[in-house]
Amino acid sequence: MSRAERLPQAQPGVLWRRRLPGFSSLRGWLLPLTLLAVLESVVRIGWIPAYLMPAPSELAITLWELADGPLWMHILASTLRVLAGFAIGASLALILGSLVGLSRRLEAYLDPTFQALRAVPGLAWVPLLLIWLGIDESSKVTLIAIGSFFPVYLNLVAGIRNVDRKLVEVGALCNLSRLATIRRIFVPAAQPYLFTGLRAGLSMAWLCVVAAELLAATEGIGYLLTDGREVSRPDLVLVAIASLAVMGKLSDSLLKALETRALIWRDNYGGDK
Amino acid sequence: MGALIELRRVSKSFGATLVLDEVSCGLAAGEIVSLLGPSGCGKSTLLRIAAGLDRDYQGGLQLGTQLQRGRGNGIGVVFQEPRLMPWLSVAQNVGFADGWIADDKWVQQLLRDVGLPGRGDALPKQLSGGQAQRAAIARALYGKPRVLLLDEPFSAVDAFTRMKLQDLVADLAARYGIAVLLVTHDLDEAFYLSDRVLILGGTPSRLQRELAVPLARPRDRRSPQLAQLRSEALTELYQSHAL
Repeated sequence: MSRAERLPQAQPGVLWRRRLPGFSSLRGWLLPLTLLAVLESVVRIGWIPAYLMPAPSELAITLWELADGPLWMHILASTLRVLAGFAIGASLALILGSLVGLSRRLEAYLDPTFQALRAVPGLAWVPLLLIWLGIDESSKVTLIAIGSFFPVYLNLVAGIRNVDRKLVEVGALCNLSRLATIRRIFVPAAQPYLFTGLRAGLSMAWLCVVAAELLAATEGIGYLLTDGREVSRPDLVLVAIASLAVMGKLSDSLLKALETRALIWRDNYGGDK
Repeated sequence: MGALIELRRVSKSFGATLVLDEVSCGLAAGEIVSLLGPSGCGKSTLLRIAAGLDRDYQGGLQLGTQLQRGRGNGIGVVFQEPRLMPWLSVAQNVGFADGWIADDKWVQQLLRDVGLPGRGDALPKQLSGGQAQRAAIARALYGKPRVLLLDEPFSAVDAFTRMKLQDLVADLAARYGIAVLLVTHDLDEAFYLSDRVLILGGTPSRLQRELAVPLARPRDRRSPQLAQLRSEALTELYQSHAL
């Protein structure tokens, strides 16, 4: 082998492990901590009245009290709804997205309808869902499923349409069946788009769960929000918002970790240090 | 023994433009034939027709009976780009035709043959252009083909790598008794590798000339006979206005 050919030899494994601990991973904390410190002093000084904006230290106490009591129940209720709705919406999107992505004919039949439905804001379905399904779980889960369906569907179709024709030809040369071509070329090649769609769908699911719970619920983070407003306790509302932020970030990080593992083969620009 | 691949009066048009006009050529067992011509003369199109990737043409394509046996269709193809599946390791790419039931011993043998021993676990993004093309050659050989179709396979690598890859292909073709149809726009490459050089040209493209290269192998790039043949061919081409 020539020298010229031997040059670029990155070691697998070392690539993504480097720089994991250390200062760089703490950079994300800088902004929220500064904000909290500023807020604390502003409220303490009295520039903002405490009944409108409780100091972060007060919030910590509220959080402590809630964590001892019903907070986990609310978080669990919302999380279960998100998981159920997201699972249904994403699975349907996987099936329909693959079909429409692979077949121009099916696209001609189905895609215009989906595009029109996509233009409807998710919340517009709420009254209808309440009429049809009542105010219990099924209407909430359906709303979340609708909300998470479209990001996954759209990205998957785009991903399949972006598969390199040249790779598909390699499959044709190997006499792969239609099904094998889908499984061995289209599915892996569309993965980057699929993960983008899944992550967008998941954040949509959190948005919808709050909307659904704001309207009619007896438990869940959205219920905590309404409850806080009705009893004029901004600390409750803020704790609910904070739990949403944490849960949303947590579930997204989980998907992102999966994505990084599944897409280790990608040779993309990863951003400057 | 008849021809392995026989193209008979093949015509092909893209829209209203006729690109190939009744081109006929054949490839016999063990032979190396080059299709030489300028960019856009339809030589790659001809190769795609021979590979069965393009079925929208007029004329005949006859595959020899030897090609019908065994795994695959007995034809291996190497493109201008390596076209490796980026999500598969190099070894999985070489054995791609068989997926997870690929013959690992044969894959390792091929990786040694093309000069990539021990790189089977690497990902395509970790290979240089020349290494990736070596992997693509190994993949084309995986199905134990009788015919190798090469579509300007060395045009994207540097001159030194190109010479090494040319020798590699000549060596492997001789070792495994494979006939090669090579599409190229490189006169030196065509004469160094081939038994026959077919020259395509004109609009629409026709077969302009067929030149034999009756030199023994292994050949020497510096040999005066090769230079002699090439300059004779050039003279002839200039005189016949084929170039």
